[in-house]
Amino acid sequence: MTEAANSAALAAAERREARGLFLLCSPAVLMIAVVVFLPIGWLFALSFLNEQGGFTLDHYARMLHPAYTRSFQTTFELSFLVTAICAALGYPLAYLMSQTSTVWRALIFVCVLFPFWTSLLVRTYAWLVLLQRRGVVNVWLQDIGLIEAPLRLVHNFTGTAIGMTQIMLPFMVLPLYAAMAAVDRDYVKAAASLGASPLKSFWQVFFPLTLPGLLAGTVLVFVLCLGFYVTPAVLGGGRVLMWSMSIERSVAVYSDWGAASALGVVLLVVTLAILWIMNRLFGVERFIGGR
Amino acid sequence: MSGKSGAFVAVAVGLLALPAAAQQSITVSSWGGAYQDAQRKAWFEPAAKDLGITIKEDTTSGVADVRAQVKSGRVTWDLVQQGTNGCILLEREGNLEKLDPAVVKTDGIPADMKSDYWVANLVYSNVIAWNTKTYKDKKPQGWADMYNFKDFPGGRSMRRSPMYNLEAALIADGVDPQKLYPLDVDRAFKKMRELKPHIVAWWPSGAASAQLINDGEIDMIGLWNGRVQAVMKEGAKADLTFNQQMILADCWAIPKGAPNKALAMKAMAHMLTPEAQARLPLHINYGPANAKAYETGIISPELAKGLPSSPENLKTSFTLDVKWWADNLDAVTKRFDQFIQE
Repeated sequence: MTEAANSAALAAAERREARGLFLLCSPAVLMIAVVVFLPIGWLFALSFLNEQGGFTLDHYARMLHPAYTRSFQTTFELSFLVTAICAALGYPLAYLMSQTSTVWRALIFVCVLFPFWTSLLVRTYAWLVLLQRRGVVNVWLQDIGLIEAPLRLVHNFTGTAIGMTQIMLPFMVLPLYAAMAAVDRDYVKAAASLGASPLKSFWQVFFPLTLPGLLAGTVLVFVLCLGFYVTPAVLGGGRVLMWSMSIERSVAVYSDWGAASALGVVLLVVTLAILWIMNRLFGVERFIGGR
Repeated sequence: MSGKSGAFVAVAVGLLALPAAAQQSITVSSWGGAYQDAQRKAWFEPAAKDLGITIKEDTTSGVADVRAQVKSGRVTWDLVQQGTNGCILLEREGNLEKLDPAVVKTDGIPADMKSDYWVANLVYSNVIAWNTKTYKDKKPQGWADMYNFKDFPGGRSMRRSPMYNLEAALIADGVDPQKLYPLDVDRAFKKMRELKPHIVAWWPSGAASAQLINDGEIDMIGLWNGRVQAVMKEGAKADLTFNQQMILADCWAIPKGAPNKALAMKAMAHMLTPEAQARLPLHINYGPANAKAYETGIISPELAKGLPSSPENLKTSFTLDVKWWADNLDAVTKRFDQFIQE
């Protein structure tokens, strides 16, 4: 067999394999097309239609009302706050996990994952029971004499932030821990042997190496926060109007899919824009599995 | 011979007619759950028996379902349950069949609870309830007390909706409950600023309102009568007054193009009779829309005390003007959403 024929046969085999792989993927691709892209396209179309089926921009114009702009602002404020708290709490926790003994690590893992596996609704209501006026926290604080009147810990921004932080924390800790476990300890040792103080070796060597994990966690938490519904609805006392709640309200109050679709399109576009910017700035794609 | 064959023909015709009669059926759509269970026992089963028809059931989640059916031209529901605000919207959009007044008799049902296209079939209300541990001696008497923070200090809760809130504010500001509409929106929002700092939570759903009063999270709340009565039955430290209650209703309507509309009207008429209406509160905490139901003797005086539409409780009540709300809901809701976020 000549070399040319050989390479031709190889190329044909490669094409065959590619086709085979594509066929194997096709159910998944078809599934995503049908359950994700088709509805999104439909949503997009609906957002430009009025009840008679004609073209309209009314659904977008509606969002200029302060009721909507305020809700948009709240959504971002809360998402930023929760992401920042998650990072501040998650980093030391993940660091502890990466440095401690196997037994402790397993124990912390269970503590992180157990809530992760519990229903979101159950955890949200648990926070309601803990934080309300006659809830565990207020009763306890009053019993030890720290406060006289119960604190307003729930039915507001504070309660929503507390509940969401707890729910979002695993999404921060897991990518952080993965990044930290991958850091070669010898780098830190090398820094120390070259005379760096523990603090300096941490900041100059360890921290930059874990940055990809921190970014992945940040993006994950932030994006999930933007679309949060259940926790703000239960713990927000009606005051914390997230964008997702505006969507629900458009359907329930106005029975209007067009208005709800427009809100959905805006949330989707903003989320994609954030992902794109983060990707441009930090190359997030590399950290979350892309090439 | 001819007699014999005549009898044979009669039997044959009878046999043919039998399945034809049994096939007469209508499809009724309602809110599902305990609500529809009660309707089935009080209304659907007796109506099916008396009219000799089959009543098939489905569930609806609101006006959008009816709109979609009418628009697609494939209407499967003959009778649908909605809130009166939904019925008004559907009527205006031309999505309902006109009712035949010769078939659907509506005497006994208040004039503000029916139109040529729909009829209210049950009544509930938005009432004031309070924590009996907080207010032991003095009981709130009306919406003015919801705004009376000196005599009734404590946390408040109202629905996260301008509906009920505007009415409550205007009554507290001195407007006669019988002369509320059209609502003075500016005046209501101004008054509501007084209430806002005392609001612990704006409840988003009936379940949440029940939770708030049950857990003692708030001291006074405006909520649906059935919700607070349910938690009181389970021992919550709460009480309510029907004084100045805001009457609300759900209604029957026939979607435009319903396949069995004539039969649906007969069934509707059957379910609106005083007797059928009186049976409903035996199964669920809603009042009959037909006032004559209280004269049937089916509703005991004890039961009537807890029903929003009993003659005694109706004395100081007023009916929410769903027509006004249908016209103004969009604009007022936007303003309300802005108000609670400020």
